[in-house]
Amino acid sequence: MSGPSLMDSLFQRTLEDLIKGLRQQLIGEQAFISKALEEIRKEIKSTDLSTKSTALLKLSYLSSLHFHDMSFATFHALEVLSSPRFSHKRIAYHAISISFHDSTPVLLLITNHLRKDLSSTNEFEVSLSLQCLSRIANVDLARDLTPEIFTLLSSNKLYVRKKAVAVVLRVFEKYPESVRVCFKRLVENLENSDPQVLSAVVGVFCELASKDPISYLPLAPEFYKILVDSKNNWVLIKVLKIFAKLAPLEPRLAKRVVEPICDHMRRTGAKSLVFECVRTVVTSLIENDSAVRLAVGKVREFLVDEDPNLKYLGLQALSIVAPKHLWAVSENKEFVIKSLSDADPNIKIESLRLVMALVSEHNVAEISRVLVNYALKSDPDFCNEILGSILSTCSRNVYEIIVDFDWYVSLLGEMSRIPHCQKGEEIENQLIDIGMRVKDVRPELVCVSRDLLIDPALLGNSFLHRLLSAAAWVSGEYVEYSRNPLELMEALLQPRTSLLPPSITAIYIQSAFKVLVFCLLTYLMQRGSTASSMFPDNLPSAVSASVSYESFDDLSVENVVDATDTHGPTCTSASITNESIVNLLNLVELALGPLLGSHDVEIQERARNVLGFVDLTKLDLLNSSVQEENDSERKGAEASKTIELMHGAFSKELGPVSSSAQGKICLPDGLMLKENLGDLEMICGDIDQPSSNSFSFGSPYEEKGGVSFSNLQIKENSRQSNESTSLLAEHRKRHGLYYLPSGKSEMISNDYPPANDPMLLGNINDNADDLVKLTEESLTPKRKPNHAKPRPVVVKLDEVDEKPESKEDSLSGAVHDVLFGSEDIVPTSSQSNLSDMPSSKRKGKEKQHTDSHVESKENLVDHGNPSSRRRKHHSHGKERRHRSPRKKNAEERKDNGQKLKEKSSHRHGMHKSGQRAEEPFNFSVQTPVIPDFLL
Amino acid sequence: MGIRFILMVNKQGQTRLAQYYEWLTLEERRALEGEIVRKCLARTEQQCSFVEHRNYKIVYRRYASLFFLVGVDNDENELAILEFIHLLVETMDRHFGNVCELDIMFHLEKAHFMLEEMVMNGSVVETSKANILTPIQLMDKAS
Repeated sequence: MSGPSLMDSLFQRTLEDLIKGLRQQLIGEQAFISKALEEIRKEIKSTDLSTKSTALLKLSYLSSLHFHDMSFATFHALEVLSSPRFSHKRIAYHAISISFHDSTPVLLLITNHLRKDLSSTNEFEVSLSLQCLSRIANVDLARDLTPEIFTLLSSNKLYVRKKAVAVVLRVFEKYPESVRVCFKRLVENLENSDPQVLSAVVGVFCELASKDPISYLPLAPEFYKILVDSKNNWVLIKVLKIFAKLAPLEPRLAKRVVEPICDHMRRTGAKSLVFECVRTVVTSLIENDSAVRLAVGKVREFLVDEDPNLKYLGLQALSIVAPKHLWAVSENKEFVIKSLSDADPNIKIESLRLVMALVSEHNVAEISRVLVNYALKSDPDFCNEILGSILSTCSRNVYEIIVDFDWYVSLLGEMSRIPHCQKGEEIENQLIDIGMRVKDVRPELVCVSRDLLIDPALLGNSFLHRLLSAAAWVSGEYVEYSRNPLELMEALLQPRTSLLPPSITAIYIQSAFKVLVFCLLTYLMQRGSTASSMFPDNLPSAVSASVSYESFDDLSVENVVDATDTHGPTCTSASITNESIVNLLNLVELALGPLLGSHDVEIQERARNVLGFVDLTKLDLLNSSVQEENDSERKGAEASKTIELMHGAFSKELGPVSSSAQGKICLPDGLMLKENLGDLEMICGDIDQPSSNSFSFGSPYEEKGGVSFSNLQIKENSRQSNESTSLLAEHRKRHGLYYLPSGKSEMISNDYPPANDPMLLGNINDNADDLVKLTEESLTPKRKPNHAKPRPVVVKLDEVDEKPESKEDSLSGAVHDVLFGSEDIVPTSSQSNLSDMPSSKRKGKEKQHTDSHVESKENLVDHGNPSSRRRKHHSHGKERRHRSPRKKNAEERKDNGQKLKEKSSHRHGMHKSGQRAEEPFNFSVQTPVIPDFLL
Repeated sequence: MGIRFILMVNKQGQTRLAQYYEWLTLEERRALEGEIVRKCLARTEQQCSFVEHRNYKIVYRRYASLFFLVGVDNDENELAILEFIHLLVETMDRHFGNVCELDIMFHLEKAHFMLEEMVMNGSVVETSKANILTPIQLMDKAS
């Protein structure tokens, strides 16, 4: 391809033409741009620098605003850079700073251009190249250009000097060795009175200190001076940020800066500065009560402000204070709660966090009530945000703040009925967890589960499927607490369960199995006891489950009669009649029959299990009624034996198992666990230890035996059949075939209303004022009378729980050892280098007060005379901590990693800086110490 | 590094200026700008000007048809960044005289130049309008 002709250059489109063209094009933006790119590719090869630079300018534009690759032009950019004209250079520098990065191949070629421009007499050229360097500097560039930067740091042109200061940050980051060269001059600039330079240098220290504050403690007096003297808010904000990092490290410093910070807070009118002061106080000076009080006062001003920005920041500041000074939140609770209904979701979330911070054992019920009602009216996102925070707050530390578990379980049930609820999984975990940990709550838990299962509308919400599986599991596992197992059975087998995913259907079937076994056994028991009550002399045999059935006929008749008045959700045992058992078995067969053909193995197998069991017992149980007495006795006994066996299998209680339980099992002899698995450790090493209160099923919790029927726990206060029952009833009416016959009359005839229609729930506080009022009451820390009820036992696996923690510590400790060697004081090489410098500077400064500049001159000029320097250091030795040889080694080792390849060239090529760079090795025999600048 | 990037985006979501202080590939930039613009432009006047996005905090302010979006580190002072945006707009206003979107479109390099005077390495180094504009005026005279 030939280069562009003269005509091309003459009629080249400028950037302005390009932009205008883009606005007016008719061929589509993409087509226009690719045409323009084609032109650019041609023009950029031109030998005419003007043409080339215009092409580069256009390309930069397209790259920056239209995301077009410009990596093909990197070399051309360098060519334009060599132009003597300033306008060309500007274009080239801009192109380079947006397109070059660490792996750009021509990066090495730019060094000399930069060096030339850095030592140019034109300050704008210097500034261009400094700006460029601040964007693209890599290790090599930083190393090679350190001497130039060093010179510019004391340039007498402030314009250049301030930019040199700003670029130092990037150079330090890339090439830590340069710290040894430049740090001194950087610190000198800290004392510069010029506001431009000061703002740049404070910015640099702010960044440096945020990474490794401890190294900069020695500079505290300088920062303090700026804090007190400076009038520039930008500078003050940066200095405050530095102090926020330094104050926690040195209590005396914290005491010292509190006063000036409070002064600023009181005096200034600039909100940004006030906010920075507040943030410094609440993050770093939290121990100082009067300062915190002042800061909270300012936060209050923010909160009542009209400006949503201030409100948001105020709430944020409060949430920083909250852990240490909860009073600050409760003092402002009206604002916090009012903000729950703010127009801005960000503000709402902040205030929600604060409300949750207020939750305690005494007010958890009221706050949750208010929030759940509020969630009903909120948009889906915020609704779930609320539910999520209630769930996590209440379950914190194994339900630490929950006293009344009955209440909490019913709250869980209520939460899952909120139409937008997507927290099914979390609620699932908690339902099961509570079931296993808190024995006393099981009756209520079963009750809540029943309400969930029985509601056909919930099955339509796929977010709740996980939750329903928990409800199904709970009702199967703890069916003995159920008031009406037959109803449970209907709920578990209702036709709409076909909406569930297979894995959950399988759980439903399994639970149905457990309920079935329970019903049959109850039936047998009941028959036995009725029999025995009729024939008192038979008592012993009736107590055991192998009952005698002499008067079966009479009994069943009586029971049928009975059924008419005992039907409905009342006491379990009364409602199970012969007829209902027949119906029950039919229902099971009807519902599970079709599942035998299921494609899902799990479903198919479980359905087959249940049906097999039904087959086994049905004949025996039911036929016995028409056969002769002694025959029935035998057969019935056989069936009841089977049932008893099954029940025995289900009645083993599951308990929470600590995830670290396996660690307690001692190693069997001859098992070499680590032999071949050693390698795995490397792969799996980074997998987190699961949290200590997680649990898993699988191994039975042995200490509690099966629950015997004699202590069957049935709640007496029979609950009114609620809304969901009527829903089921309605469903039953339409699909009567699938249900057990019922004596009740049903009247509701609607399609499913949403699971929880907010309108139906009455009593919802319709505006935030009510909300405020309500919470206001609830937030007053009063001892609630109904807490007289003792908190049930929550099973915690304490001794095991501690284990993973300590293990984690040792693990992270090991990681720490490997990664950082022995240095807990010296986190990275650059920082360790840095930590040398302040002390050397410090020392220099101390001398300055007495000996003027002798020492600092010596450092710069007289680098061939280590002995004299060392002597001097010894004179200051008592102020220094002694650096252990180990630490020094670690530092050197780390440095070497970076240095090795650079060192050779560096030492030869860059003699001057290399020499200087060696100096700190003498220093490093001693250590930086924090001189007592405060006293 | 306090400031990570500065974007100017019009009401239609078109980027008018993009300045990054850390290296991102074209694809990363495209994705980031898309997400941020969608998030911020959807917000109303009554909502606050701060949005958390990935590991950035976005501080934005709208002037006429143009949104100024600044991505900062999490511990940056939001109010100071708002003041910085205002300063930037005032500076451009002083230079262009009643600055509008078109000024920035057609004088992108000048807008970049002003930004470079104000921010280096992600931290604000110059806050005096006169100091920011002096070099650019000299250059205008020279050319």
